[in-house]
Amino acid sequence: MTLNGWIQILVFCGIIILLVKPLGGYMTRVFNGDRTFLSPIFVPVERGLYRIAGTSEREEQHWTTYTAALLFFSLAGFVVLYFLQRFQGVLPYNPAGMGATEPNLAFNTAVSFVTNTNWQNYGGESTMSYLVQMAGFTVQNFVSAATGIAIAIALIRGFARASGKSIGNFWVDLTRCTLYILLPICIVLTVVYVYLGVPQTLGTYVDATTLEGAKQTIAVGPVASQLAIKMLGTNGGGFFNVNSAHPFENPDAISNLIQMVTIFAIGAALTNVFGRMVGNQRQGWAIFAAMGVLFLAGVIVCYWGEAAGNPLVHALGLDGGNMEGKETRFGITLSALFAVITTAASCGAVNAMHDSFMAISGMIPLINMMLGEVIIGGVGAGLYGILLYVIIAVFVAGLMVGRTPEYLGKKIEAKEVKMAMLAVLVLPLAMLGFTAIATVLPSAVASIANAGPHGFSEILYAYTSAAANNGSAFGGLSGNTAWYNITLGIGMWMGRFFVIIPALAIAGSLVAKKTVPESAGTFPTHGGLFVGLLVGVILIVGGLTFFPALAVGPIVEHLAIGLGQTF
Amino acid sequence: MSQSKSASLIDSSILIPAIGGAFKKLNPRSLIRNPVMFVVAVVSALTTVLFLKDIATGGQSLGFSFQIIIWLWFTVLFANFAEAVAEGRGKAQADSLRKARTETQAKLLSGDDRTNFKMVPGASLKVGDIVLVDAGDIIPSDGEVVEGIASVNESAITGESAPVIRESGGDRSAVTGGTQVLSDWLRVRITAAAGSTFIDRMIALVEGAERQKTPNEIALNILLAGMTLIFVLATATIPSFASYAGGAIPVVVLVALFVTLIPTTIGALLSAIGIAGMDRLIQFNVLAMSGRAVEAAGDVDTLLLDKTGTITFGNRQATEFLPVKGVSEQELADAAQLASLADETPEGRSIVVLAKEKYGIRARDMQTLHATFVPFTAQSRMSGVDIDGSSIRKGAVDAVLAYANQVSLAAPGAGGTAVATRATAETIRDLQAIADQIAKGGGTPLAVVRDGKLLGIIYLKDIVKGGIRERFAELRRMGIRTVMITGDNPLTAAAIAAEAGVDDFLAQATPENKLTLIREEQSKGKLVAMCGDGTNDAPALAQADVGVAMNTGTVAAREAGNMVDLDSDPTKLIEIVGIGKQLLMTRGALTTFSIANDIAKYFAIIPAMFLAFYPQLGALNIMGLQTPQSAILSAIIFNALIIVALIPLSLKGVKYRAIGAGALLRRNLLIYGLGGVIVPFVGIKAIDVVITSLGLA
Repeated sequence: MTLNGWIQILVFCGIIILLVKPLGGYMTRVFNGDRTFLSPIFVPVERGLYRIAGTSEREEQHWTTYTAALLFFSLAGFVVLYFLQRFQGVLPYNPAGMGATEPNLAFNTAVSFVTNTNWQNYGGESTMSYLVQMAGFTVQNFVSAATGIAIAIALIRGFARASGKSIGNFWVDLTRCTLYILLPICIVLTVVYVYLGVPQTLGTYVDATTLEGAKQTIAVGPVASQLAIKMLGTNGGGFFNVNSAHPFENPDAISNLIQMVTIFAIGAALTNVFGRMVGNQRQGWAIFAAMGVLFLAGVIVCYWGEAAGNPLVHALGLDGGNMEGKETRFGITLSALFAVITTAASCGAVNAMHDSFMAISGMIPLINMMLGEVIIGGVGAGLYGILLYVIIAVFVAGLMVGRTPEYLGKKIEAKEVKMAMLAVLVLPLAMLGFTAIATVLPSAVASIANAGPHGFSEILYAYTSAAANNGSAFGGLSGNTAWYNITLGIGMWMGRFFVIIPALAIAGSLVAKKTVPESAGTFPTHGGLFVGLLVGVILIVGGLTFFPALAVGPIVEHLAIGLGQTF
Repeated sequence: MSQSKSASLIDSSILIPAIGGAFKKLNPRSLIRNPVMFVVAVVSALTTVLFLKDIATGGQSLGFSFQIIIWLWFTVLFANFAEAVAEGRGKAQADSLRKARTETQAKLLSGDDRTNFKMVPGASLKVGDIVLVDAGDIIPSDGEVVEGIASVNESAITGESAPVIRESGGDRSAVTGGTQVLSDWLRVRITAAAGSTFIDRMIALVEGAERQKTPNEIALNILLAGMTLIFVLATATIPSFASYAGGAIPVVVLVALFVTLIPTTIGALLSAIGIAGMDRLIQFNVLAMSGRAVEAAGDVDTLLLDKTGTITFGNRQATEFLPVKGVSEQELADAAQLASLADETPEGRSIVVLAKEKYGIRARDMQTLHATFVPFTAQSRMSGVDIDGSSIRKGAVDAVLAYANQVSLAAPGAGGTAVATRATAETIRDLQAIADQIAKGGGTPLAVVRDGKLLGIIYLKDIVKGGIRERFAELRRMGIRTVMITGDNPLTAAAIAAEAGVDDFLAQATPENKLTLIREEQSKGKLVAMCGDGTNDAPALAQADVGVAMNTGTVAAREAGNMVDLDSDPTKLIEIVGIGKQLLMTRGALTTFSIANDIAKYFAIIPAMFLAFYPQLGALNIMGLQTPQSAILSAIIFNALIIVALIPLSLKGVKYRAIGAGALLRRNLLIYGLGGVIVPFVGIKAIDVVITSLGLA
């Protein structure tokens, strides 16, 4: 670990902290329907869209209607995306002449993009046409991100409103999020990426002759625009197979910094939106702090693991950290930092191969995802995910001040606890359940590249990434088989919707409750004590479940390598 | 049922039957009420069956499996034991209540004639029957006095041996079946049929027979069931992880891991905590009609307290003599004392006491003075004495002024009418200034006049109870707002409110505006507690989240409230809130402790479990436990013993301190959160040392 490395990490953290308030303030205005500097441009567009959709910004929805609208919208997105892939061969914008995608791969990919996971069992440049990439993936990148944010806003309204019936209007939230937040930022980012050397073209792949005289086809395409939303919407689906390790998808340290910042920007700012909407920004900062503690702990372990390097390589007389599977233009610090960010935030884009990380540092991305992507998390998903933990934390420890549990004046009762537990339960079910089946299924085990604990980690990582809607791959696992396409698809679907529905049910239940005024007897939820409690609950309730799986995966591998044993 | 009779924590008369109770509660029908322990029982039964099969087929390490199974069953039994102990404490009280419910004969009246009754068994009485209860008779059932006045011994329910007065009409008309009339007679209309009387309900409540899970308990059970399911997933997936690694793990070890991970500690003690909370109230002579009420007590935000009897002593007392110009204090005190000698009201007596204490004026005998007492009437609004042609009066300022005017007109003094009138005008101004001053300070001015000459004012004051200000400050730190309810005018009310340190007051209170106040507070999301005794309090008692009815109160009030205070002491409301908070805190503390325990258990069992095929994981054995068997056994033994170790805490409750929620949370998180992480590391290690030295593993 070097001073230079730490400075780079602190610069990143500093930028995020500075972004939280201004972006949070802007987003709050957008979702409250207040005027912003973009209103003159977008208000007519917005009105027009509502008229077409037959809704109005004044029309509010009960939580069941909101959920139904959301589920219908996601289902429609899935169907469109599935058939776009199946018929891409006969559809336009297909200069490379890609054929129809296999049904189970198309299923997996459609679920993957609708759930904001962007797990890729395909190689982008060798499987998908421009039309699928743009009208399919990029559209879902926008709307699945906007959907996540809408859910977070709806849940915030549950806390912020008292004795109400409705939690907002899904169509309005979706539209506003896309128009006022995602689209403008992405336009700016696209231009910046193009300036930094990222291709943006609808032209065909370029044929080049190398110095040795060999022919090489260089894949290009509308990369910059997809790159912008891939990061901002924590989607993570790369245009190219190697994602942000590809020089066209991440040319240099500056583009790398922009990508890292945009992964966290909206998720971090949403904590501030939360604070503003519930009327006390400190509440938002407390949640941000809990996320920050877990994030920094991950960065320290991961960076330390990679910087310390491989003792077996050291034994050969080669000093230094672990550079296997990393791009030299990013090095150890930025690869480790990127890995923690992308898994903390449910993005899943990668700029290095996690499979090649040391066992202990490769465990950090796994843990980040197992905790449910609540460390900043996916846009929206991170906030509603951590609020579910907050409900559990407040319920467990809130009694210790001698009152029945309450958070922000809302009583936490049987219904909230039931729904929060349901959401917390679904992750181990999908992650551990599928891993348990796959590890005893010979055909599934055949897909792994390494034996022993490392191979185990590859399977565990795949299901963890899917259920957490992360989408990053450990590498090493050949996932494009019927078994993995289908089970990973189911995992992604469970991890998305079995968390969304309980979260919205909680919003519906909370919004109807009265707000108990704060008093000296109220459980304080904006100080360091609460931050510590929340971190503890996330680790114990969310993390301990996975301890046995981690023990027989990365932990035993780490201990073995110390004894000179590899897998 | 007084405090002194409260059962101690280690009372063999409770503990020994509880052991039997623990086995009786193995009945699946009673176990299923507790999801966590039910699951433990199911897996214990499962491993027992597998163990029997192993014996038959000659399996390996039978001794180890046997020990695990024994401790699994102990875990269930210890949980049952905790509940049985908690219930046992209530049973002792129920037994003493049952004695009061002996079969009685009732004198059923058929007409208005008191002598025309026939003897019927008490159990045959119906609601609406009118019975006669003579001195020495036991009141056959709950009822309302329709005629008569009598002293009644209610010690059977209150533990208080001093008799109380019961009379028809007013707020003292309710009588309770099982109590005894000591003097005089009563005509009582029966209001409860046999089996549903107050005593019957008390018995059911203290025995826990009617115990229903409270809302918070239900929510907590959902959390615990959810955590149990999570750990089902965590352990059920291990066999396939092991088989991938080329190993296998015995079922009994998996079960041991599972049982230690699920929140058995809180699961085992949850119902004991609830029963003990109700019990604490009963020890305190307060009867909660539901657990929900006790829980709500902990949540109370606003406390409505009657001024009289709660904040101030019942009566106003003389605290000062304030003479007008030209009159000495001694002279005023002398006149005031004379005027009050025969005044038996508390105010009058307090004047005599003040005159004696402050001015050394001894009590004089009315007869030797040849004085005649002039009693208070609603018309004159004065009282006083006539001695040797001289007349002294004390009373409301305007009444006294009118009287003085009348006397001086009738008998003009020596100095001539004009002078006397001028002097009087000056004196009147002076007198009124003093009176206004007192009224502003929340006191009651009482003017004194002798033979038409205004002497001055007696300052009558509501005396705020000692220490009550500190109590309110404590409540404020608990986050509870106190509102004083009084019939006084706003000026007086404000002054007393300021002196007592309450946050707010409701002056000129009527049943209607009391109800309005409660509704207003509730609409702001607050929980309100109040106490009351009269029938006109019933709507407010019913509306309040915690309504404490005084046992001396009317049937209507007792029906409307969700708690009954057998001592009829309104200050208890403050303690009731404390008990509610204690119950919630105990629940939270043990839940936190239980969940925090899991870390150490993982570190004990995981390395032991995988050691056969991943010896590298031995590095996780940070406690340095001797063998894999001893590690697993130590964890399961710790898990069972901690239940027993925490029974006293769950019955006694975690002490509530009014130090503010933040400080309280810090303290409890440190003790039960951090303590919950550390204690099992120490405990498991200690058990490991013991069992290896005993050669058990």
